Amino acid sequence: MKRMLVAVASGVALLSVSLAAHHATAVFDLGKRLTLTGTVTEWFWANPHCLLRFDVKNDSGEMMHWVAETQAPPNMTPFGWSKQSFAVGDQVTVILEPVKNGQPLGRILQVKLPDGKTLVAGAPAIPAGGAQQ
Amino acid sequence: MKRGSGIGDQESGIGDPGSSYVGAGFSRPYSPTLLIPIFAIAIVTLLSPALLGQQGLRRTPGAVYDIDFPGKKSGPPPRRDISGIWEFANGGGEGIQADGAKAMPSDGKPEHELPFTPEGRKAFQANKPTFGFTQVPSALTNDPMPGCDPQGFPRIVLHNAHHEQIIQTATQVVILYQFNKKWRSIWTDGRKLPSNPEVPAWDIKGSPPAEARFWGYSVGRWVDDYTFVADSNGFDDRSWLDNAGRPHSDALHVIETYHRVDADHLVKTITIDDPKYYTRPWVALDKLPYRLQSPSLEIPEQECVPSETAKYNQLFANPAAK
Repeated sequence: MKRMLVAVASGVALLSVSLAAHHATAVFDLGKRLTLTGTVTEWFWANPHCLLRFDVKNDSGEMMHWVAETQAPPNMTPFGWSKQSFAVGDQVTVILEPVKNGQPLGRILQVKLPDGKTLVAGAPAIPAGGAQQ
Repeated sequence: MKRGSGIGDQESGIGDPGSSYVGAGFSRPYSPTLLIPIFAIAIVTLLSPALLGQQGLRRTPGAVYDIDFPGKKSGPPPRRDISGIWEFANGGGEGIQADGAKAMPSDGKPEHELPFTPEGRKAFQANKPTFGFTQVPSALTNDPMPGCDPQGFPRIVLHNAHHEQIIQTATQVVILYQFNKKWRSIWTDGRKLPSNPEVPAWDIKGSPPAEARFWGYSVGRWVDDYTFVADSNGFDDRSWLDNAGRPHSDALHVIETYHRVDADHLVKTITIDDPKYYTRPWVALDKLPYRLQSPSLEIPEQECVPSETAKYNQLFANPAAK
């Protein structure tokens, strides 16, 4: 049963990749997932993409500063996101798809908030520059 | 005229997005015979109407969609009336055309090859979009939009389209667009399009000097009581047709057809006719359905903000492209 659940999860993950593949895929390590827990330093509610900046302590105790994007505000509000979604100092757990070049950058798939609620970046592909669009 | 060989021969450097999947946390292989039915269940579940209503269907607060009225038949269409606030009938995501015009996306498929002239192909190859089959990283693009240059028409409806409000007066059909709060006037007072689209001007005393425009010149007419057709020309060729870098020349002529299907629905078709860049007209939007909304629906604000774009490029786009 456990094996089946894992397989279902992988099927869902694969489908989500295909749904997300419209986004500017050139820079992202498609299909790769990272789960990061850290502290919010800024929530930039803006065009063409919102940016969540947060600090994460890595395995060696070094603090890494991550920048993760979402789509533009009008494309996030239908899924429950807002300018007030995060405050500086919030402890969050972010699942993201990192960029290929190893920089601490990625696009957000979902974020678990301090109150336990989860925000999902459910919007289908929105253009970059145009995403403001 | 020889048909262009299509976009499939462009150098894109983009591989199959699905081939690089790395399932984090899955260390053991699973039997394909086990996975096939499970994938099928997962896909069917995700695409079920209930879940689409919650997840896949992008909702604007207060807007209504066809999925909200299962089995309900709409009333007859009003005569010569396309006014109102309109949203995509099947969800806000219907207007998102990241990889280019909805009916002809830039995906490398032979059926989506555009009929470029040699000059049109050259212009397409010079454009560096961040989406579509010829995409480049954001930091390398020459897309005019990320810098907040005017999107223009028809890109406003062939890229990341949203609500439209249509207002009819005695002399115009006015379309208000969400993005950047832009509008177009389609004249219905009997005037003719500029006869020289390369040096366009209204042939009306007192009109502004001749100039090409990002939003062109538009005239419209009712071809029957339920179908409104607009023709536009006189475009500034700095804008792109769509988000995949499809170009247009100063000879661009756009045909829009609005057909009022019933009391609640309008379908829109857009045809691109640009003899300098394309050997024949091609359909960019094909009967895309819109649903009439409450007259009190608030259309969201969505602005291209240069300072925000600069910060995004500094913090994300540029380091991601290194």
